[in-house]
Amino acid sequence: MSWYALSTVEIQAVTLSLWVATVSVVVSLPIATGVAFILARRRFWGHGLLNALVHLPLVLPPVVTGYLLLVAFGRQGIFGPVLEALGLQLAFTSAGAALAAAVMAFPLIVRAIRLALEAVDPKLEEAASTLGASPIRVFGFVTLPLILPGVLAGAVVGFAKALGEFGATITFVSNIPGETQTIASAIYALLQVPGQEAAVGRMIGLSVLLSVGALLLSEILARRMVRK
Amino acid sequence: MTVELNIQLQRGGFLLDAYLSAPTGVTVIFGPSGSGKTTLLRAVAGLERVDSGYISIDNTNIVGLAPYKRAVGYVFQEPRLFPHITVLENLKFSQKMARMEVAQDVDEVIDLLELRPLLPRYSAALSGGEAQRVALGRALLSAPKCLCLDEPLSALDHALKQRILPYLERLRNQTKIPILYVTHDAAEMARLADHIVLMQAGRSVLSGSATKVLADPAAVPFLGVRAAGTVISGWIMPPDPTTGLAIMSFSGGQLILPELSQPAGREVRIRIAAQDIILSTEMPKGLSALNIFQGVITDMHQGQGPGVMVQFRVGETLFLARITQYSAEKMGLVLGKTVFAIVKASAFDPAGIGT
Repeated sequence: MSWYALSTVEIQAVTLSLWVATVSVVVSLPIATGVAFILARRRFWGHGLLNALVHLPLVLPPVVTGYLLLVAFGRQGIFGPVLEALGLQLAFTSAGAALAAAVMAFPLIVRAIRLALEAVDPKLEEAASTLGASPIRVFGFVTLPLILPGVLAGAVVGFAKALGEFGATITFVSNIPGETQTIASAIYALLQVPGQEAAVGRMIGLSVLLSVGALLLSEILARRMVRK
Repeated sequence: MTVELNIQLQRGGFLLDAYLSAPTGVTVIFGPSGSGKTTLLRAVAGLERVDSGYISIDNTNIVGLAPYKRAVGYVFQEPRLFPHITVLENLKFSQKMARMEVAQDVDEVIDLLELRPLLPRYSAALSGGEAQRVALGRALLSAPKCLCLDEPLSALDHALKQRILPYLERLRNQTKIPILYVTHDAAEMARLADHIVLMQAGRSVLSGSATKVLADPAAVPFLGVRAAGTVISGWIMPPDPTTGLAIMSFSGGQLILPELSQPAGREVRIRIAAQDIILSTEMPKGLSALNIFQGVITDMHQGQGPGVMVQFRVGETLFLARITQYSAEKMGLVLGKTVFAIVKASAFDPAGIGT
């Protein structure tokens, strides 16, 4: 076996990481856009509370976030019986890994989109409404196209964060090879065993490649948007 | 179509209490800044919530409707074009949003406002005047039942204003919806207004047809001495073959004008400031002034200063002259007395001549 060949477990870790990062970004993007819109455009009682809640995963130790996920969605957790009735299991599954990654990436995505929203002049939205556009159409035809670069930036940051998520993931879904072992937890596991330098190097190389690749892709997309 | 409203709203210490009735044509809402003109317009468009009252378009109350359900077109002080799409797409946007049964022809609006060369451009590549014309076209294409123009020319310099005003005049002459036009520019008002509503400190204090309000001595405190005056509507006649001077015919006779770039047969309106008219109790002789009209005094109003505003009727046209109180007493001016008005040909502001 040559030094660059990936073992089955390693391939599974890479595949799972990509799946987790993709699913978590795709699922949280629309929700994050909605939350960002509410935070940027509406003033209401509890605004600060919602803002704090969204940012909590960013400031809490990831281990604490993982533990809280366990408390909420674990089999003995608050929503455990509900999930069981639905035939869903999140703790110690790949779906749980995606949830943990999504929760951790969420504040970063919201921040990027909110920043873009705050740069959009509400006067344009007002003008659109006088032209007969309903609030949904104003968002779809005016606001969304204008914040698209911000949404893209949020997606890339979220993707990178989800790809590298470790603390909350390992706490919530553990480190089961082939099931919940992502690149990050695979590297951690490999580091526990002496003589795995080559494997560690391969995984690190891969994670650098994936992150830089995502960044490049977003640059190309952003440039195409600007040109348009 | 008619817009009628009677609304009250309070914002902090400011109270707006306005009544107006705007038929087809341009209704200019005139007043100093802070008098509530823009707030009134925003209330019509649904951008400002009213506390009480009604706003009706064709006898349908629109208070409480969301802005997008009102079919009230709005042109703001800034063009507010969507920066991510071209001019053509901006125009098509509002057409797409409009209820289709009343959709207007894009080409018609493009020709009216001469937008064709601008269509492929983005708003960043437009001048202020061009962008405002596009904004006007965009508002028209949303098939509005009423058009609100909120000082659409205030951000433009004098030369550009003169270039855009003809478009607005064309718009006024070709659309059949009420246009509410907010301005604090008296020349703009004199050129465009069919009707005038004067606002002061949140209240609509005086309203009526433009010729009546502008020549109303009681309106002078609100209009300002410079804005008050005579608006004469008439037709351009073929120029005098011997003198070459332009002639305009109106209900009170003929006006001789120094020069006029309008072709014969065209309907025009010109404005004469109240301070550019000299009054005499006898037919003057040996004057260089060409325009002398005989009229009967219909109203007199004494201002706070030494001036007196004298309104008199020449044919169907109401004239307004500002003279000193001293002169008025010496001449023995009273209601019903016959006076002769001397108007210098140079009193006609070329910028105030509209079609």
